[in-house]
Amino acid sequence: MSRPILEVKDLKKHFPIHGGFFGGVTGHVYAVDGVSFDIARGETLSLVGESGCGKSTVGKAILRLFPITAGQVVLDGTRIDDMPAGRLRPLRRRIQVVFQDPFSSLNPRMRVRDILAEPIRNFGLAKGKDEMEERVAALMDKVRLPRDAVGRWPHEFSGGQRQRIGIARALAAEPDIIICDEAVSALDVSVKAQIVNLLQDLQKELGLAMLFISHDLAIVEHMTHRVAVMYLGKIVEVAPKRELFAAPKHPYTEALLSAVPVPEPGAQRQRIILKGDVPSPINPPKGCRFHTRCPYAFDRCRVEEPPLRPLEAGHLAACHLHDRPAAENPLAGARGGALLPA
Amino acid sequence: MASAHTAPLGLAAESRPPVAAAPPMPDVLPPVKPRRGLVGFVYRHPTMAIGGFLLLVMIFIAVFAPLLWTVDPTALAPARRTREPSLEHWFGTDMLGRDVYSRVMYGARVSLIVGFAVAILSSVIGLAIGLVSGFIRVADGIIMRIMDGLMSIPPILLAIALMALTRGSVQNVIIAITIAEIPRVSRLVRGVVLSLREQPYVEAAVAAGTRTPMIILRHILPNTLAPITVQATYICASAMIVEAILSFIGAGTPPIIPSWGNIMAEGRALWQVKPYIVFFPALFLSITVLAVNLLGDGLRDALDPRMAKRL
Amino acid sequence: MALLEIENLQTHFRTPDGVNRAVDGVSFNVEAGETLAVVGESGCGKSVTAMSILRLIPEPPGRIAGAIRFQGRNLLELSDREMRDIRGNEISMIFQEPMTSLNPVLTVGRQIGETLRLHQGLNRQQAEARAVEMLQLVGIPEPQRRVREYPHQLSGGMRQRVMIAIALACNPKLLIADEPTTALDVTIQAQILDLMRDLKRRVGAAIVLITHDLGVVAEVAERVVVMYAGRKVEEAQVGPLFRTPRHPYTQGLLGSVPKLGSSLTGTETRLAEIPGLVPSLKQKIPGCVFASRCPHATDLCREVAPALEEKAPGHVAACHYAAREGAMAA
Repeated sequence: MSRPILEVKDLKKHFPIHGGFFGGVTGHVYAVDGVSFDIARGETLSLVGESGCGKSTVGKAILRLFPITAGQVVLDGTRIDDMPAGRLRPLRRRIQVVFQDPFSSLNPRMRVRDILAEPIRNFGLAKGKDEMEERVAALMDKVRLPRDAVGRWPHEFSGGQRQRIGIARALAAEPDIIICDEAVSALDVSVKAQIVNLLQDLQKELGLAMLFISHDLAIVEHMTHRVAVMYLGKIVEVAPKRELFAAPKHPYTEALLSAVPVPEPGAQRQRIILKGDVPSPINPPKGCRFHTRCPYAFDRCRVEEPPLRPLEAGHLAACHLHDRPAAENPLAGARGGALLPA
Repeated sequence: MASAHTAPLGLAAESRPPVAAAPPMPDVLPPVKPRRGLVGFVYRHPTMAIGGFLLLVMIFIAVFAPLLWTVDPTALAPARRTREPSLEHWFGTDMLGRDVYSRVMYGARVSLIVGFAVAILSSVIGLAIGLVSGFIRVADGIIMRIMDGLMSIPPILLAIALMALTRGSVQNVIIAITIAEIPRVSRLVRGVVLSLREQPYVEAAVAAGTRTPMIILRHILPNTLAPITVQATYICASAMIVEAILSFIGAGTPPIIPSWGNIMAEGRALWQVKPYIVFFPALFLSITVLAVNLLGDGLRDALDPRMAKRL
Repeated sequence: MALLEIENLQTHFRTPDGVNRAVDGVSFNVEAGETLAVVGESGCGKSVTAMSILRLIPEPPGRIAGAIRFQGRNLLELSDREMRDIRGNEISMIFQEPMTSLNPVLTVGRQIGETLRLHQGLNRQQAEARAVEMLQLVGIPEPQRRVREYPHQLSGGMRQRVMIAIALACNPKLLIADEPTTALDVTIQAQILDLMRDLKRRVGAAIVLITHDLGVVAEVAERVVVMYAGRKVEEAQVGPLFRTPRHPYTQGLLGSVPKLGSSLTGTETRLAEIPGLVPSLKQKIPGCVFASRCPHATDLCREVAPALEEKAPGHVAACHYAAREGAMAA
């Protein structure tokens, strides 16, 4: 395989907390605390986790919407995290984004035509007015919206249609990779299916790589090639989809999978209900960050942070359990995870 | 037709089943006829309609004051001092024999000019300051501390102090009140800019390679206009009141120009015996301020409600 | 007699551009101790139905018609005072957003105690003792300490537990839960659903669960009402509804959600789409409300609104073409 389109190496983003009379820094939110992954051309990697785990911050850091604290973001072999804004601008074309909220992601004071024309103009992708019109019309076709709707305002569209406009805007720049930040989470069930199908079709058609940030595991399973699970600013497990859903190697992944309600009445599943809440990222627990809620935690977990390490080809997890003999490791071997009937 | 349906859908394959129609549901509420045009506007936005109408009347009075059966508002007639309202002098005459009706009609000019000028000037300047403050971190700290300082002085005292430094004229009154109002606008704009910068569509524009000046022009500025317009109406109303106060205490419009504040100031000495000299200009001032405030409330409700909540 | 009988409920709203027929002729019953789920997408009228039961619809611009009989009494005919005695006492409600439905300046204990003092005439000490008991019931650790805390000191999951404690404080016969887990994370949702199942066994209140999440329905409901565009389009026991949905809308809805684990069992398919949009409720729709999006719609559907018919024992659907049991052979 050739070099990945996107590499993220030990990315850290700590947001300072300002306080006191003079507004000094009184602490940090360790939103993202050492995250590494890569995405191949045409591949979908999903970043899953609960709210506050830092998954959206990773997306925004890759987009350089704010400076990062440490680490590297490498786009197709070029490091972009420390690039001056002027040199970065043409490279922005290659990474685009689709946001969650179909209402606040479109400027209410711009017509659809202008929304779609903005990236085309910025990156000089069209010569002259006619080509611009043509490109905008082609984008409307791609996202299956009527061409004559380009003169309308965002508020004239429904949530699903607005999300299509958001996708068209991302495609307008002809990117290599699209970051979907909870792109279907705010939509109604039937509309969600429309947008999921559209994203899948577009990815196949255009060979896009995708970073799919979501908390919805069923949609992720449907969309993705590989999955990275985040907890409190760290990746705890990365694996190809089937491996992860069949045999999770981290207790958090296992619990997450078992917690998803399945639309199948009477399905007997082994359910792991985690105790307590996610700790604050301002003061993350020492040792393994998951030990406060982990049903299998033992002494070592409370003092030593487990590194993310390969357990099988392409399957990485950060858990001390795998150093124990198989008999004492509840996550050893393939058990069909929590998904198959017990 | 129906036979085209296939079994996996679980739909029956008979051609036309016995039809079971649902009973029709009655109307619970009388049907509403959607109203369009002017009637629809009044129906939807009554406060804006009333405020706008009253304000239009005041503008009409100010523009056409000479044609509204007025006499020269500065003409002295010592023989006809302090007359009660009558057919000849609708609002009576003041202690110098000037016709109060004419003075009140002409006085609308000063109030409206000051109100509108201050609203526009302070909005434009406040917008510029707010944008700079919202976008340039270094400038923000300094600018906002200056604004905090200005805001700690009551606007009226600030305006009086500024008037004390200059010669009384309508122009100087406008400048003084504008300076006093700028902090409010720039704080508002700064707040709106900071929250707009976090909007996904602004982030998407950054990701789409849009340069900062274009971000401001295309994505920030148009979305600050709604809250600023609403704020401008409130500033307009407050400027009219401040102008009247300045004139009333003799620190505003020169006495030679009839303004509502001046008329009230002149009638003050006779308030006990000839209340109408104060009453009419006060009435007109109240109606105008009410009109502008109604218009502002209506605008706030009509424009993006989420924006309006920040005011 | 069922605990709650809703008959031809209509809740309409006056808007400047027409009457919004948010709920238009919905009937269903809730038996004592059962869990009934009302599912549908946004704008289908499920939340308005819930609010109508407690008469929480502002009138005007709203208007409720029909009959809502709770233990035989029509709630729509009660005075405001009588209604207040029922709310929070015999029927209580849990809302989606646990932060905004708790009062930020009162301690948790005060808020639980308030309903008890109001409805059951307990004094301050008794109310607080009961509040501690309630917090224990909903699984909040250290209830003696938590009872003196304010909502902002609690996490989202904790707040929802407090909401449930408030709702259950007076031992209501009916609990209406409007999207109780939608704002919560998956692992916290699992905790709350588990708690609701557990409490149902122990407390025995009937639950009307309003949700859009078919997974949640399958996990906790016994019977399901499917709503679309202000009407009930299907009602059945949860098993038959998921196994053999009769209404094309229900079929579409079930086909449009991916199932967790499908990549393992090799049942991964393209998601079914329901084309088009929900129709505007400001115009009267002459035929079937779903006809504009239904893949099987005929002229008959567009002209004649289908009645709710029993297609199988206990399974009703409003569709001219939905198969009756036994008619499948044709």
